[in-house]
Amino acid sequence: MSADRTDATGPTNAVEAHGVEVTLGGSRILLGVDVVVPAGEVVALLGTNGSGKSTLVRALLGAVPLSAGTVHLLGEPLGPRAPWSRIGYVPQRMPASSGVSATAVEVVASGLLHGRALRPPRGWRTRVRAALDAVGMAGHERRPVQEMSGGQQQRVLIARALVREPELLVLDEPTSGIDVPTQATFVDTVARLHGQGATVVVILHELGPFEPLIQRAVVLRHGRVVHDGLPPRPRLDHAGATHHHEHAHHDPDPPPTGPALGPTLGPTLGMEAP
Amino acid sequence: MSWDAVVEMLSSPLMQRALLAAILVGATAPIVGTFLVQRRMALMGDGIGHVALTGVALGWLIGTWADLVPQDTLAIPGAVVAAVVGSIVIELVRERGRTSGDLALALMFYGGIAGGVLLIKVAGGTNASLVSYLFGSISTVSTTDLWWMVALAALVLVVGIGLRVALFTVSHDEEFARASGLPTRWLAITLATLAALTVTVAMRVVGLLLVSAIMIVPVAIAQLYARSFGRTMVAASVTGVSVSVVGLVLTYWNDIPPGATIVVLAIAVYAVAAGLRPALRRPVPAHDPHPDLPDDVVLAREDTRD
Ligand SMILES: Nc1ncnc2c1ncn2[C@@H]1O[C@H](COP(=O)(O)OP(=O)(O)OP(=O)(O)O)[C@@H](O)[C@H]1O
Ligand SMILES: [Mg+2]
Repeated sequence: MSADRTDATGPTNAVEAHGVEVTLGGSRILLGVDVVVPAGEVVALLGTNGSGKSTLVRALLGAVPLSAGTVHLLGEPLGPRAPWSRIGYVPQRMPASSGVSATAVEVVASGLLHGRALRPPRGWRTRVRAALDAVGMAGHERRPVQEMSGGQQQRVLIARALVREPELLVLDEPTSGIDVPTQATFVDTVARLHGQGATVVVILHELGPFEPLIQRAVVLRHGRVVHDGLPPRPRLDHAGATHHHEHAHHDPDPPPTGPALGPTLGPTLGMEAP
Repeated sequence: MSWDAVVEMLSSPLMQRALLAAILVGATAPIVGTFLVQRRMALMGDGIGHVALTGVALGWLIGTWADLVPQDTLAIPGAVVAAVVGSIVIELVRERGRTSGDLALALMFYGGIAGGVLLIKVAGGTNASLVSYLFGSISTVSTTDLWWMVALAALVLVVGIGLRVALFTVSHDEEFARASGLPTRWLAITLATLAALTVTVAMRVVGLLLVSAIMIVPVAIAQLYARSFGRTMVAASVTGVSVSVVGLVLTYWNDIPPGATIVVLAIAVYAVAAGLRPALRRPVPAHDPHPDLPDDVVLAREDTRD
């Protein structure tokens, strides 16, 4: 993973990924993805369902193994020495319940652990309360997350990421299932962090309330980057249509390997897996 | 029972040892069990228990070769080693995908028992020698056994409680734990090792075949009522101590096997607790189940204005 440490670019890039390949269950999900996010930028990651957005951010954070490529986070190679305390991640959904109840406080407190910090720091309760407050979940601290609505669970996941006061925030569809006022509050929180210099990578299906913040869009299709540049401003097309299709309007070039790739990256590609 | 009878029971060294053993097991096993249930590995204790039987026989075999007296001096160390190795294998196989983890567990079930029965024969013992390990024989707990149990239980408690939040994190949301740079594999192996040590601690009390019950059933009882992970763990531990002590005391006055008594008692408590749950469960803190929605009003007003 940490093959070359070309620190020439230094920590000016919050995320620097080159040639990222990921193989899951025998099929190649990501094929040579390059993503560079300069510190302080807000980048939207767009693409249809199954295009590999979640897999990409999971790979960037080391949650799924890379079969090729390098990733640097805040200037450090992915690994135990990466500055995990400065990275916050909101996954697409909370894992299915296991039967043992866990309260919002317990789930958010787990966000205070990272890297080598295996125990919550002193004063963790105050920080957890503040994070829950920031997502409008004050008063729900001691409720089991299993009893919460999907949107409330999502807010708890956001709080779990915010509790670290991250410099790099990675959000996987953070506002799906969240009511409009809370979306606005959350976008304000992200805007505040961005104002303090935080970098944000956010997976979205519609820019929605994030639109004013987004500085750049990366569009994935079949596990490849097909657009990297200005966010898709003309929203008229998107407003009425189903959000299954995010087209990169600024980049009309067809993908170079388009026709050969089925949506499931069929068995031909799967054969190449080790 | 009269007071004198209680005093008599408590002054019996055999009963003192047995009670201490029961308390150790009752307190530690459910703590590890809570993590296992959360991790959806409730059957892991069973798999480890079966493998530990091979370890017992292996310890016996080495004891025979080394002319140790008694022959089973090394049975507990053997069980510890086999259980730890087995648990780590289960964990590593699980890491590679859930179906094969299931299969690995099944292989351990059969291989563990078969290996134990084979090796004990080679060691010059009989299947009867294994029975006390399979079903527990708390009355034969020696002082040496007890020291082993105290040391292992202390280790399980210190690590399990010290790393509570980290083990919770990796059991609750492994992907998030990995995306936080936590050493998830080491934490999973730590938990597996704790489970293995617990199995060997509990082995003499409830027996390898029932070991998992004392890890899991108290958790099942606790989670009927507890609304947080921490409380589930504490309640499970308290329940574990209670059923272990009560079960043991019952066997002092009745000629019934302690391990089975404790487990049957725990399951009876579960049945009663589950039956009474609708009536007994603390009411949810009185608040409107719907989050306050002042914004609705605002939106509606804006709509009418449009
Ligand atoms: N564990 C896995 N094993 C095998 N294939 C997987 C696994 N996880 C994801 N995939 C496949 O990888 C592809 C990309 O999935 P991913 O979750 O990254 O999509 P996405 O772009 O986030 O989609 P969505 O918009 O629905 O969230 C999908 O085809 C999916 O089936
Ligand atoms: Mg996704």
